[in-house]
Amino acid sequence: MKIAFTSEGTSWDSLIDPRFGRTENIVLYNEESKELTSVDNSAVKNDAHGAGTATAQKIFELKPDVLITGNGPGENAAKALKHINMRIFVDAHNLTVQQAYNNFKSGNLKEV
Amino acid sequence: MKEIVVISGKGGTGKTSITASFAVLGSVDVVVADCDVDAADMHLLMQPDYDFAEDFYSGEVAYIDQNNCISCGKCVDVCRFDAISVKNKLFVVDPISCEGCGYCARVCPTKTIVNKNRLAGKWYISNIKTGSIMVHARLGIGADNSGKLVAKVKNEAKEIAMEGRKGFILVDGSPGIGCPVVSSLSGANFVVLVTEPSVSGLHDLKRVYELVKKINIKAGCIINKADVNPEKCAEIVQFLIENDIVHLTDLPYDENFTRAMVLGQTMVEYDHGILKELLTESWEKIKQLVIN
Amino acid sequence: MTDRKPLKIAIASGKGGTGKTTLSTNLAAFIAEQQEVVLVDLDVEEPNSGLFFKGELIHEEAIFKMIPQWDESKCTLCGICPKVCNYHAVIQLGPSILVFPELCHSCYACSELCPADALPMIPKKTGTLRDFQIGNLHFVESRLDIGEEQAVPLISKTKKYVADKYGDVGIAIFDSPPGTSCPVMEATKDADFVILVTEPTPFGLHDLSLAVETMRALNRPFGVVVNRYGIGNYEVITYCREENILVLAKISNNRKIAELYSSGKLMYQDFPEVKKSLSNILDY
Repeated sequence: MKIAFTSEGTSWDSLIDPRFGRTENIVLYNEESKELTSVDNSAVKNDAHGAGTATAQKIFELKPDVLITGNGPGENAAKALKHINMRIFVDAHNLTVQQAYNNFKSGNLKEV
Repeated sequence: MKEIVVISGKGGTGKTSITASFAVLGSVDVVVADCDVDAADMHLLMQPDYDFAEDFYSGEVAYIDQNNCISCGKCVDVCRFDAISVKNKLFVVDPISCEGCGYCARVCPTKTIVNKNRLAGKWYISNIKTGSIMVHARLGIGADNSGKLVAKVKNEAKEIAMEGRKGFILVDGSPGIGCPVVSSLSGANFVVLVTEPSVSGLHDLKRVYELVKKINIKAGCIINKADVNPEKCAEIVQFLIENDIVHLTDLPYDENFTRAMVLGQTMVEYDHGILKELLTESWEKIKQLVIN
Repeated sequence: MTDRKPLKIAIASGKGGTGKTTLSTNLAAFIAEQQEVVLVDLDVEEPNSGLFFKGELIHEEAIFKMIPQWDESKCTLCGICPKVCNYHAVIQLGPSILVFPELCHSCYACSELCPADALPMIPKKTGTLRDFQIGNLHFVESRLDIGEEQAVPLISKTKKYVADKYGDVGIAIFDSPPGTSCPVMEATKDADFVILVTEPTPFGLHDLSLAVETMRALNRPFGVVVNRYGIGNYEVITYCREENILVLAKISNNRKIAELYSSGKLMYQDFPEVKKSLSNILDY
């Protein structure tokens, strides 16, 4: 399974970024290859509108099976993610990517 | 950490004055976010020191490099906002009308038009007279109040509150029902609706409440200048009951509101009577409601 | 100098709640006693000048903004449209193109640059315009739909409606939204004269200075009306003097006025001094 996280940094110790559209980075973990990669999302910050949809498009290109974030995507982004049947888990605020992953595996995160 | 947002729909109801009073009552446990970025006034009561300032960029604006322009006029043809005109034989972009869509730059045959990041305003972090911190901003003239600057102010305030382990973020919200208000409301745990007993007050209250309902947040209402029209006041109370909005308090019309403002003070600092009492009561009520 | 009809007067303010609507409604009613006038409420997010009039509804229409609609049958998935949209209102998720109407600014770039004509522009309702008449007074109001984010297109279309339908009415008064950002600029940018309403308090003064900056950026002639004169202090008057700004009128603070306003009633007839202020404004 491939899992995407909205993250402030690029490593397992980085904190989950509670925002979706304006998240600093998207961290991707591939369970099969055990590889952790990341995509810089900071270019989206300058956009007045459409940060959510822009980030949704990025997520689509990475093709994860699951998205883990804090607040959850806003209305527009949610529509876009629904279109690609993305499973979204929220309430990972104040956790590191590692902790969020553990919580996900043990079923402690809320799915929307 | 809980987020309390104060909005009003209609301007002039006393929203900012009331928010400032709550900020003083909440003291060091409250981080203040002045999200009324189009006409920010909290700073007139909170004595901020502008400790940190940063430019804020949002969107883009087209710019024509006169050296390479061949005056073909394609840019004028495609611009839907009438932002490009010819002055003294030169093609010029009016930055106020330009919406930063980038279409002109895409069709320019000599690639003369560039999209520059638009300086839209400035935001600040200040120490304020309560011993706490306020995040505030100023939107530039003609800038697009998209809600992005509001979001920036709120997020910075949130970070500061979390780092400092503060109990509350208090947000002075934007008027109206558009993007900036939606941005002010996102993530709120409780909304305080400030209104006045007039046909306009009730009308605007209903409209802004529709927005609050959509986002599904617990809400309370303060009726300011309540004694100016007891009949309208009763109508508002009825509306609150029908919609399960907590009736926080009624504030009487009181010239101390203005006297305090002129001296740069909040009502709870200036007044020693009923206003202070009612505001203190309301603040306590709000804290109770938001913690539960 | 050409005599262009109608004379367009915009009523604006930096701060909300200073009395824009009070002034615009009373001024319009006062003028209507003598001649035809059109009052336009451009505060489309919270239009409430209509609460002061009971007129006959002459016309109602839905106002639209243009947005692109994806025609899957024609699309070649070339990927140009998401690239040309600066607002991320058009995105591509694999074989699907998604359009987000709230984000769209109607620039037409995606539609016109699409090589396959797969994104025709279609109208989307953004608000409602209503046109009322009470004797000599025409009242036009536009109301933004809840959830719609952009006031500017609606304001712009309303002005056009008024220009087309009431082009030969002598005076048009535009009640603008509060603040200094895009909607206000759209509402005031082609006014012949702007009246800035303020109150003599620190908030009033601060927000007035922002509004003055905006009017100067737009190069509009303007004057100031100080409402609720008597509360607060005189800094506003000092400011106007220092900046060489014309003060058209000072309306005294009067609780009775507030009570009448709160009941949705016009008040100039009950207050001769207000009537005088109104005629002073018009004389200018």
